[in-house]
Amino acid sequence: MSAGSASVLYDAPGPRARLRYRVFGVLSVVGIAALLWFAYSSLADAGQFSAAMWSPFEYARVQQRIVDGMLETLKVFGLSALFSLVLGALLAAGRLSDHRPVRAVATAVVQFFRAMPLLIMIFALYRAVFSADPFWALVVGLSLYNGAVQAEIIRSGVNAVPRGQAEAAYALGLRKTSVMMTILVPQAVRSMLPAIIGQLVVTLKDTSLGYVITYSELLYAGKLIASNTSTPDGYPYIPVVLVIGPIYIAMCLALTALAKWIEARGRRGTNRRTPAAA
Amino acid sequence: MGVLFEDGNLALFRDGFLRTVELSAVSAVLALLLGIVLAAFRVSPVPALRVFGTVWVNIFRNTPLTLLFFAVTFGLPRLDVHLDSFTFAVIALSAYTGSFVCEVLRAGINTVPLGQAEAARSLGMGFGQTLGLVILPQAVRSVMSPMSSIFIALPRNSAVAGAFSVAELYNWQQTMTDKGYAIFGIFFWVALAYLCISFSVQQLFSFAEKRMAVAR
Repeated sequence: MSAGSASVLYDAPGPRARLRYRVFGVLSVVGIAALLWFAYSSLADAGQFSAAMWSPFEYARVQQRIVDGMLETLKVFGLSALFSLVLGALLAAGRLSDHRPVRAVATAVVQFFRAMPLLIMIFALYRAVFSADPFWALVVGLSLYNGAVQAEIIRSGVNAVPRGQAEAAYALGLRKTSVMMTILVPQAVRSMLPAIIGQLVVTLKDTSLGYVITYSELLYAGKLIASNTSTPDGYPYIPVVLVIGPIYIAMCLALTALAKWIEARGRRGTNRRTPAAA
Repeated sequence: MGVLFEDGNLALFRDGFLRTVELSAVSAVLALLLGIVLAAFRVSPVPALRVFGTVWVNIFRNTPLTLLFFAVTFGLPRLDVHLDSFTFAVIALSAYTGSFVCEVLRAGINTVPLGQAEAARSLGMGFGQTLGLVILPQAVRSVMSPMSSIFIALPRNSAVAGAFSVAELYNWQQTMTDKGYAIFGIFFWVALAYLCISFSVQQLFSFAEKRMAVAR
């Protein structure tokens, strides 16, 4: 197969197909450009690119608000990531337990919190328990939901370790705890790290639900900026979205890049024993 | 627990439940269509379309759903697009879910053995025929389980719409809480409703999976 073909779906193109692709390529570039131009011009026509609309971002207080919002978002994310991983490990241990009652309880907890909309839980927690402090409603809600999901990820990782590994360890006379801790969990975490970090990205995105319970994370900070600054051209909702959206996307992409890097590193490690490809 | 049976709350609850189901169903169909189109873009032989698909998916997969709702609800009216909140919710939800559908489909396309595409091409099928008649039917079978988790998540995600004034279940929870009913009772009924929806979607998918299973 020639080096140029990136997919199994089509051949290395001949002269006529190349011409056709080029025509399609030009047409789609024109189409995409038209789409972008339409988006740009409708924004511009509505006065969304006027200087007055963007001038609020020149104020130090507004900039400070965005930075503070980002820090709050990261604070919620850090705590919920930590708690959800701990909870996930505990629940996974429960689901893999030899004792039926423990297993039943852990399964019920995991299934319940996985099936519940996060917003419903956060709102109930906020109104029932933490009405003074939305911060903890958000952190507890995020930890419970993501803990249940992480538990399933860890459990499936442990179950995916080849059976011979556990059997060999038992044959050497190790107890169940040592088999788990020294043989199964290290391998499971290694193979599941991309999925675990993928769920952390979800946790990071879900911190924006704090907006709904008026916790001052990034999105809520943006809302305050947009609704409190009146410019001659109206309230700057769209500029705020255009500023905050890329911040979220950059944070999530950074986490995803970390996952990819760890995955590549893990592959390098496991390949060490196999002979190098010719 | 009694909150459901007082002052006609039951009618509101029923309306909210139906609204959630309606919102989820409409968004699911649109997300599926959008996902298929985006997946076709991402595997197409035209580089411009591939780039467009990749950028689109990366933007919408990494934007929080709440931010999307915020952008649609407060942004579009400023561009003189005035629709009701339900339509806004459908736009946000299907744009968000569509990019996840695209990624799952693309992963599914990559699991179809190479020989299948090669055989299809050697029979003289074009790109569209190879994709539509040979690859996608097989890819769909292998993506059923990741797809089911996307569409089980969709009704859960639709709860965010309640915060942007769509009168669905979360909105009912908010209204009842503000009226001062016991929070646990409200939570119980809403939780039960969402569990029912998740369970039904799950059953639907396992039924479809069984119907489509082929002996290999």
